[in-house]
Amino acid sequence: MRSECVNEIVKSQRIDKLIDALYDHIPEIEADRAVLLTQAYKATESEPIITRRAKAFKNILENIPITIRDGELVVGSATKSARGCQTFPEFSFKWLQDEFETVSTRAFDPFYISTKTRNSLEEAHRYWDGKTTSDLAESYMSKETKLAIEHNIFTPGNYFYNGVGHVTVNYGEILQFGYEGIIEKAKAALEKLEPSDAEFCQHSHFLNAVIMSCEAAIRYAERYAELAARLARDEKDETRKAELGAIAQNCSRVPRKGASSFYEACQSFWFVQMLIQVESSGHSISPGRFDQYMYPYFKRDIEEGKITVERAQELLDCIWVKLNDLNKVRDVASAEGFSGYSLFQNLIVGGQDGEGNDVTNELSYMCIEASMHVRLPQPSLSVRVWNKTPHSLLIKAATLTRTGVGLPAYYNDEVIIPSLINRGLTISDARDYNIIGCVEPQKSGKTEGWHDAAFYNMCRPLELVFSRGVDEGVQIGPVTDDVTKMKSFEEFFEAYKTQNEYMIKLLVNADNAIDVAHAQRCPLPFLSSMIDDCIGRGRSVQEGGAVYNFTGPQGFGIANMTDSMWAIKKLVFEQKKYTLQDFKNALSDNFGKDTDKYRAEKITVKIAKELCAKGKIVNNAEIEEIFRAVSSNNCSVEKQAFYDRLLDDIFSLEKYGNDIRQVDEFAREIAYTYTKPLENYKNPRGGQFQAGLYPVSANVPLGAQTGATPDGRPANTPIADGVSPASGRDVNGPTAAANSVARLDHFIASNGTLFNMKFHPSALSGQSGLESFVALVRGYFDQKGSHMQFNVVSREVLLDAQKNPDKYKSLVVRVAGYSALFTTLSRSLQDDIIMRTEQGGF
Amino acid sequence: MDCLKTRGRIFDIQRFSVHDGPGVRTIVFFKGCFLRCRWCCNPESQEYEIQQMVRDGRAQTVGYDVTVAEVMEQVEKDRVYYRRSNGGVTLSGGEVLAQPKFAASLLCACKQAGINTAIESTACAPFEVIEELLPYLDLYLLDIKHLNSEKHKQFTTKSNDLILENAKKIAKSTTELIIRVPVVPTFNDTVDEIADIAGFAARLDGVKEIHLLPYHRLGTDKYAGLGRHYEMDDIQPPDDAKMRRLLDAAKRSGLNCKIGG
Repeated sequence: MRSECVNEIVKSQRIDKLIDALYDHIPEIEADRAVLLTQAYKATESEPIITRRAKAFKNILENIPITIRDGELVVGSATKSARGCQTFPEFSFKWLQDEFETVSTRAFDPFYISTKTRNSLEEAHRYWDGKTTSDLAESYMSKETKLAIEHNIFTPGNYFYNGVGHVTVNYGEILQFGYEGIIEKAKAALEKLEPSDAEFCQHSHFLNAVIMSCEAAIRYAERYAELAARLARDEKDETRKAELGAIAQNCSRVPRKGASSFYEACQSFWFVQMLIQVESSGHSISPGRFDQYMYPYFKRDIEEGKITVERAQELLDCIWVKLNDLNKVRDVASAEGFSGYSLFQNLIVGGQDGEGNDVTNELSYMCIEASMHVRLPQPSLSVRVWNKTPHSLLIKAATLTRTGVGLPAYYNDEVIIPSLINRGLTISDARDYNIIGCVEPQKSGKTEGWHDAAFYNMCRPLELVFSRGVDEGVQIGPVTDDVTKMKSFEEFFEAYKTQNEYMIKLLVNADNAIDVAHAQRCPLPFLSSMIDDCIGRGRSVQEGGAVYNFTGPQGFGIANMTDSMWAIKKLVFEQKKYTLQDFKNALSDNFGKDTDKYRAEKITVKIAKELCAKGKIVNNAEIEEIFRAVSSNNCSVEKQAFYDRLLDDIFSLEKYGNDIRQVDEFAREIAYTYTKPLENYKNPRGGQFQAGLYPVSANVPLGAQTGATPDGRPANTPIADGVSPASGRDVNGPTAAANSVARLDHFIASNGTLFNMKFHPSALSGQSGLESFVALVRGYFDQKGSHMQFNVVSREVLLDAQKNPDKYKSLVVRVAGYSALFTTLSRSLQDDIIMRTEQGGF
Repeated sequence: MDCLKTRGRIFDIQRFSVHDGPGVRTIVFFKGCFLRCRWCCNPESQEYEIQQMVRDGRAQTVGYDVTVAEVMEQVEKDRVYYRRSNGGVTLSGGEVLAQPKFAASLLCACKQAGINTAIESTACAPFEVIEELLPYLDLYLLDIKHLNSEKHKQFTTKSNDLILENAKKIAKSTTELIIRVPVVPTFNDTVDEIADIAGFAARLDGVKEIHLLPYHRLGTDKYAGLGRHYEMDDIQPPDDAKMRRLLDAAKRSGLNCKIGG
């Protein structure tokens, strides 16, 4: 390997200019796509849906405004404005209509919208009433399912309101053969069809739709070639003129044809990446093993002396910036769940090939370098780790981790490959996996994984155990036994399983309803052209055209559930210090703590509505009085003292995350209550359900909808994220936490698990800091953990940790000569560390 | 195995420590010390007796008795990380040598379990005590604070004669020896004093490395928590420029020198 690629590579001055231009104003919503889409739909009412989709795609790509931004080397923008977004009314639009007034001022991910855009969208939206995937999905759901969603047991909102996305296509095939190659393939398949074939109608329409979509993509690139040529003619600056000339040449060749240089491969990649996100609103369009499919072009150009490492790095950096140019507006609730304008375009480096050879190469290092250069959230950079991963790659990755950008995430081949084989992948496909979105593994170009199928809150069924299936006065779950009459922990655990398994069934119903709606209303011919074996099977990915089909809804709350069940087992059934009635009271009284404002408001509205329904007129003063009454805990002094004692007893119990075998093994059982039942279900594409254990950032908003839990967590506060220990409860340091988490069964959660750890930059300082960090990752992976990511926190966070120590109980810092939990240090020591951070430390 | 039953007194076990010996290490902090260094950042380690101490407004008991087997149970938990980093166990304190039988048993148990061993110690004990440990010890992190016996006594309550004699003997053994110097303003933070220590270290057989550990104030709150007066309240940590000067002085001895562990 060329050593100059492993070490630091100088950043081109162009990159910072591109980044500055990208972030100089708030992102804007544009209407062009929605208008062109609607226009095409109106003109094709009588045609098959797959044809309509292709024609709409064509109409969009032929007419949507195009732009080349200043200084770009890789071109293609979905919007005129930087970081702007198009909208996708075919999936849902009402939420956007409702948020026109507020979308530019909301707290999470605001977007500017002009009056003109708003008017155009309103006009387009008139067409879509009742025609969206979301409308159809809802009509497919059972009454009970809708009730469970309404009561926040699970949230399938992502695909309910948007495209599915969550896919990695055959980038390598396009780089090699271009869309002309795909068109040829589709034409060959068409030729094999006989009009008398039973499925001729569907298959032939699908294949023609594929051809039309690919032609549209070629035409779109040609528009860029023409624009670049025009700009080049008018350009005064000779350097830029030459650059524009090269861009024009690239776009006239790719993605029509196979790439003949690394630069062309970069441009071709970008068109594929971007156009998938014009066809549908699905996020997590993941570039996958970029260092692998780009490598032949890099290697050849370097060997033939056509390109320097610095130039190749500059092109990579340009792509990294472009990945942040794409954007997506979400409804206000989802924006909170996915906050940070995140698109989860996961790009992974390292790992092995189908035959089991390590295939880390120069580009693997240069991809990490690109993330250091741009320091932007996209792409979501990941590193595959296995026993033969070069140490130098992990050191390079750790150097990036140390910068505090939260990248890369680390994935364990030694767990993921067998877990995929267990799901039916061939060994060769499993070895070639990449990651989708957050943590979800799959084989690129062959899979419709439906990876982010729903958030399932494992704590909610526990609440239903205490209420016998009743939530806010409505029977939403089965009537399980009265907890106050239960004689054993096993009985209690059984009741949880009953509630849980009932809700899992409804979750499956919700996902399958949405799945069918996508197949019927939004099949995607362009995407399907790049996924095997859609062309062979003559159907889209939405209709089961992919080789591998899964549905992966993610459960979260393992830590709270474990600590809760452990508390009940110990305090009620073993030590017999408290009864289940005591717990029931404590939970409904929120351990005597004041009701959270969010919750109090909700209850106040409910009471006011009930009073109104009874014919009473409620004025503002009365509403305030209700709110006050609802907010205060109303506990007697004796009751409060009792709850305080209960909380003390709960807190002094062992907790998940501290390397205590019995507790961790218990956590494993708790995780099985979600992961095992889910395996039994099938989706309409002929695939299987598989669990993930991760929350994205939804553990915060969904925690706000969850009552107090027996682990002492107050009502409406965040739930633990992923498989990580509950915040502040792992107090034995990073290795103890990692050992605990590794005791879960990560193989069965084949849709991915997420383990988040917080460090202060000082904990990674110097070469020995990097080495120890790598040992931590290796050690966790040796014990069969699946994924790890690190939050290396800044000075601001440390200041916040001083103010709110409870939130940061497991924050590790490196003190002079040793690492320690920040909040256990004395105030003066904390100040010292904060001061030292400013100085950069030694 | 007998050594597993040996009892001793410690006040903490810290995992994922990365600056007291190679790799990822678990540190076992012994309770009780021969010296009373004015700058000591672990004053709760000095007395052998189990003590009460106020921390974060709460009363805490400092010190507990354990068997070697109990310590080994904790030590074993991070074996996978030692393996990945060539790490292991470091005994610290307090003074390890103040509990010789416990120290020897624990080191012996670690070696029998195939775990790398280090101690962080002042070597202020009869050499016979140290000799017992050496067969089980991979690395001796030896504190040499000053070459002037009087000044040493003034700041630590003990003269350095025994320490310097022991250093020569340890250097002759097969155990790797690293000299560590706490750099304390008003005590030993001049170029001459540091150069003297480095020169002494360079004359010992087999020493390859010196660590200069800058004085820090991280233990100051603990004195109040123990109801004690902190004598160095007006002393500030040496700045980076001074540390670099002292590092240069130490390097002239020809040894590998670094700031920090």
